Amino acid sequence: MGTDFVVLSLVPITIGILVCVSCALLGNFLVLRRQSLIGDAVSHVVLPGIVGAFIFTGTVAAGAMLLGAGIAAVLAVLLIEVVRRVGRVEPGAAMGVVFTTLFAAGVLLLEQSDTSSVHLDVEHALYGNLESLIWLAGGAGWPALLDPGALAALPPQLPRLALVTLAVVVFLLVFWKELVIGTFDATFAESVGARPGPVGFALIVMVAVAAVAAFDAVGSIIVIAMFICPPAAARLMTDRLVPQLGWSVAFAVVSAIAGYVLAGYGPLWLGAAYSVSAAGMIATVAGLILALACLAGPRRFGTRTAARRRRPSPGRASHHQSSISNSLQV
Amino acid sequence: MSAPTLIADHGRTLGQSHPDSPLAISGLTVSYGEKPVLFSIDFVVPKGAMVAIVGPNGAGKSTLIKAALGIVPRVAGEVTVFGAPYEKARHRIAYVPQRASVDWDFPATVRDVVLMGLYREIGFLRFAGRRHREKALACLERVGMAAFADRQIGQLSGGQQQRVFLARALAQEADLYVMDEPFAGVDAATERAIIAVLKELNGAGKTIVCVHHDLATVPDYFDHVLLVNVRKIADGPVAATFTSHNLQATYGGRLAAAHVEEVAVGREAAGEGR
Repeated sequence: MGTDFVVLSLVPITIGILVCVSCALLGNFLVLRRQSLIGDAVSHVVLPGIVGAFIFTGTVAAGAMLLGAGIAAVLAVLLIEVVRRVGRVEPGAAMGVVFTTLFAAGVLLLEQSDTSSVHLDVEHALYGNLESLIWLAGGAGWPALLDPGALAALPPQLPRLALVTLAVVVFLLVFWKELVIGTFDATFAESVGARPGPVGFALIVMVAVAAVAAFDAVGSIIVIAMFICPPAAARLMTDRLVPQLGWSVAFAVVSAIAGYVLAGYGPLWLGAAYSVSAAGMIATVAGLILALACLAGPRRFGTRTAARRRRPSPGRASHHQSSISNSLQV
Repeated sequence: MSAPTLIADHGRTLGQSHPDSPLAISGLTVSYGEKPVLFSIDFVVPKGAMVAIVGPNGAGKSTLIKAALGIVPRVAGEVTVFGAPYEKARHRIAYVPQRASVDWDFPATVRDVVLMGLYREIGFLRFAGRRHREKALACLERVGMAAFADRQIGQLSGGQQQRVFLARALAQEADLYVMDEPFAGVDAATERAIIAVLKELNGAGKTIVCVHHDLATVPDYFDHVLLVNVRKIADGPVAATFTSHNLQATYGGRLAAAHVEEVAVGREAAGEGR
């Protein structure tokens, strides 16, 4: 299995893990801020950005694509804020309106533009192309990992995503206190000068960066799933933030590996003669893990329920909305 | 270019006229959309005072302190803290938001929350060390919550949550404590514990400003009061200001006259009772 594995599966699995981990890490804060939908919105909005960049530059060069997608993501976040304020609607509604509209515009643009000559289509946008990221230069098997020539021929998505994952980790380390204080108590954060507004915006920008970088390799479905499923499942496992991040990373890695293997071999084991989309299967596994955590996670009843069993807690206003709007104030 | 200069000058004037005031507010106006929430509030907090901000629901009490602390944008007005612009004196203020304004399901322990009060002390790019954790524990001790340091915050009662918020404010070692409804929905034991800590702080020369909703306890707990309902109705020492006439003006008939007579100071010189 050695050589085949290195050529065909090593790179896709590594890329899958990097994508899942970077999205899941950021997703912890999105879920706690009740902003999960932002991940969804941003990964949809990537499409018109990419098509726009193609129309503008006429190439599918990675730099142009990433720039176009990044600009679109930031524009979408600002547009969501405008709709929320001008329309005085709740953030969820504003996100729903903005990202569906922009995604639809992206599909229209895609169909109208002359993209037939390049690899740019709706299926690719949704499912990505994880299985095609093979490493032909890895024909020597495991020793190829020590061969500079072979390493130079790695698919460019791999170093790019490694860089993004590193950037996410650095971002979380540098702004850890600001993120935690701003997520828990935005007004207090403002009063001590922890700048919850700019930090919240930076978080969304990092989400956009992670989504955009992942998009090309794995499509948007997996990105949306990874922003939500591993962190949500992790929250059901623990009541501390750092362990929660640890659980989310573990769930992300398990989803990536199990999803890839199941997609490639699962149908064969069942007697079918084909394999299924790895991205789709990774997202499915992440969903299954969340379902399991809901059924068996030690913290699945929530802390409030535990407190209520002991004593009734008075007057808990529904402040979920306000926490969303606080963190959305960019 | 001239407008910002003008504002800066104005701020300096306000600061110069009240260099000792922990919080001096002039012409503060705030609006949400087109609806004014606060209109042209002037208020100077005397140093070492224990101030209650009182008014009906929707009067803009919370907004007043949020706007004064730069959390909510203001349409107009100047604020100085100890004679300096707010940005420069931020570290001298500890702000305690309403307990219901945060999600207590957040994955954190009691100690984690108190450590947030040490945000400035810990500093950028640094994490809490042993010294910070011990300091947080000492603050919890002062509000009687040390035994709960490792408890998840969602497991606390409302009163315990409020005490944790107070401990976080103590960790800030401020000179001015600004609290939004610290006694809302807490048990009697917590109310006694909180007022004891506040009086202790006040005794040590700290200034306390509370948004307060329980009119009956105003004369017991505070020595200075601001009555507000979008506009300022009155402010001054409780004995002279917390009168039935001013309360009626503040609550505009929304308060039963009998209740006003019961809580207000004045005729009977309730000030002496304290």
